[in-house]
Amino acid sequence: MKISFPRMGYSYIAFKWLVENIGHECIVPPEPSERTLDLGVRYSPEFACIPYKILTGTYLEVADMGAEVVLTSGGIGPCRAGYYWIMHQQMLDELGIDLKIIAFEPPLNNISDFWQKLKLVWKSGGLSYREFIRVMKVAWEKLKAIDDLEQLSFKVRPYEIHRGETSRTLWKGLDFLDEANSIPEIKEARSEGLKLLNSMPQDKTRDPLKVGIIGEIYVVLEPSANHYIQIMLGEAGVEVDRSMYLSGYCGRREMHRPNEEIFAMARPYLNEAPIGGHGTNSIGETVLYAKNGFDGVIQLAPFACIPEIVAKSIIPRVSREQDIPVLTFFIDEQTGKAGVQTRIEAFVDLLEKRRERKRKEQGRLRAC
Amino acid sequence: MLKGYLGLDVGSVSTNVVVIDQEGNLLFSRYLRTDGKPIQTVQRAVQLAGEELEGKVTIAGAGTTGSARYLSSMVVGADIVKNEITAHAVAALNVNPDVQTIIEIGGQDSKIIILRDGVVIDFAMNTVCAAGTGSFLDQQAARLRIPIEEFGGIALKSDNPVRIAGRCAVFAESDMIHKQQLGHNTEDIVAGLCEALVRNYLNNVGKGKELLAPILFQGGVAANQGLVKAFEKYLDHPMIVPTHFEVMGAIGAALLASEAVKRKSGTLFKGFEVKDITFKTTSFECKGCPNCCEVVQFSENGSVVARWGDRCGKWEIQAS
Repeated sequence: MKISFPRMGYSYIAFKWLVENIGHECIVPPEPSERTLDLGVRYSPEFACIPYKILTGTYLEVADMGAEVVLTSGGIGPCRAGYYWIMHQQMLDELGIDLKIIAFEPPLNNISDFWQKLKLVWKSGGLSYREFIRVMKVAWEKLKAIDDLEQLSFKVRPYEIHRGETSRTLWKGLDFLDEANSIPEIKEARSEGLKLLNSMPQDKTRDPLKVGIIGEIYVVLEPSANHYIQIMLGEAGVEVDRSMYLSGYCGRREMHRPNEEIFAMARPYLNEAPIGGHGTNSIGETVLYAKNGFDGVIQLAPFACIPEIVAKSIIPRVSREQDIPVLTFFIDEQTGKAGVQTRIEAFVDLLEKRRERKRKEQGRLRAC
Repeated sequence: MLKGYLGLDVGSVSTNVVVIDQEGNLLFSRYLRTDGKPIQTVQRAVQLAGEELEGKVTIAGAGTTGSARYLSSMVVGADIVKNEITAHAVAALNVNPDVQTIIEIGGQDSKIIILRDGVVIDFAMNTVCAAGTGSFLDQQAARLRIPIEEFGGIALKSDNPVRIAGRCAVFAESDMIHKQQLGHNTEDIVAGLCEALVRNYLNNVGKGKELLAPILFQGGVAANQGLVKAFEKYLDHPMIVPTHFEVMGAIGAALLASEAVKRKSGTLFKGFEVKDITFKTTSFECKGCPNCCEVVQFSENGSVVARWGDRCGKWEIQAS
């Protein structure tokens, strides 16, 4: 089978390896571009959110490239994303496009559905169960390594001397990972990539601001969906901490605190949890960032995303009481980046002035 | 000769140029339409300043702001490039050091800036919709065949503003036609539009913010007395409209420039003669990787002085 999947950051490297090693042909989804968006907007309901529209465009693009099957995730709970794959399938059927969407729901929700879909993908590739499990483990290792490299790039970028060097070095590291075919090879590629990033020329005299990124998972993880905001921030001299990585979302402890812990942080402000999507997380993560001494928080939300709208209307109080500035970006189909750039520059100005004043006050206290 | 500082605010609709003296007094101010040609408009703006000030004032520093701030800085040679939020805040603080809220409404964007103790602590800009901006009023004024300059005066004559939906310019229009056909008079409809804009602004841009007095109202739309009245009605505070409300961004850029040159020797300003320099932008698509970035080249008298638009940075040349 020719299999594709939605693009979400650099995770495609791991998924490509997985699809190929199960025994299928992989159609790598192109990075969402203006063409993706044009297609997506044309064939999506007007009120659908930007992740839906980008996926619509991606599905049409990969169908054009010959994909027969798309693997994606479903979802339970009050966010409408759980129904997106059904809507997408209907749209494809109506357009007469022969592309089947297989959506994996959380396994514990309906184990037999999960198992059947999994079997369909794995059996048709011709692997034994034991081999299949091995391949899954390697792909998981790859996914984790990809996230490790990206996470380090956020720490290094504000110190880079030549603009863009961090991005170029990260891409080199990801190329190593792309070529690795076993767990030992991945481990080697990972440490090689980390070493490259760490040994980049850096100006350690700088004193970067620290900003946390919260919000809806798709627009947080896919750089082209958020105007490459995390790179833009890094190049503006800000150390970015992202509250979410795909491996963390899939249960990796060191990348993600358990939801219960985050919900507990949110509870003084919002008793209901979860409220769908990452709404409650956005509130809890803001509290955590404040407690961990971050200078500010940026919320990324698709326009009309209910969970993030709920979070946004609660965040002003969190921001006041926890004493941490929060800037929200609602993301829609506009591609103009000037507005984003202006807000970021103003936000960085604000955070710098604030930090300066705080340090002065602390200095005065110490002097007494 | 008098020392002056040049400030440029180059936005999508208008280009404002000001020159201030060392005490912050306005020596020159001009409003031009950008008309989609920022380079030529900036050249023209500087030329106009030159015609009036040449021989009387030497420019000791220059600053740019607005959405075309980087491009403009390369044209004139700016000592500082700043975003509009900071520029507006600096200019407002210069007018009133105690200001706690700035309402700024321009042609296509609107902002709110919250300050405490002279420092910006929060801000917001309109995001996906232009309903709460000047272009909303422009559109409706055109429909009513009222010159936008007279709009505010007419609104002030109303005793009983009608309620018009302000969420969206399209809905507002159908609501307005309905009210016209019910027989409401023009004054009440115009005042109703002002209130619709204010509601939209407060619920959209101002949502969740604490608007404390003193409140400064600036941007081109502050010329509209009807809006000033509508804001005062909804906020229950007097609006302070600074004398030079329409060029506050440019004044902020000039003030920032006067600060910036203190930290270095001399200015980068190329002189009033920038109109004689030939600037050109060209672009090409980089084939280095699948990103296919559109790289823009900026040349001055035939030689490339800056390049941008590439994500990886390999083409980049930064103008000094």
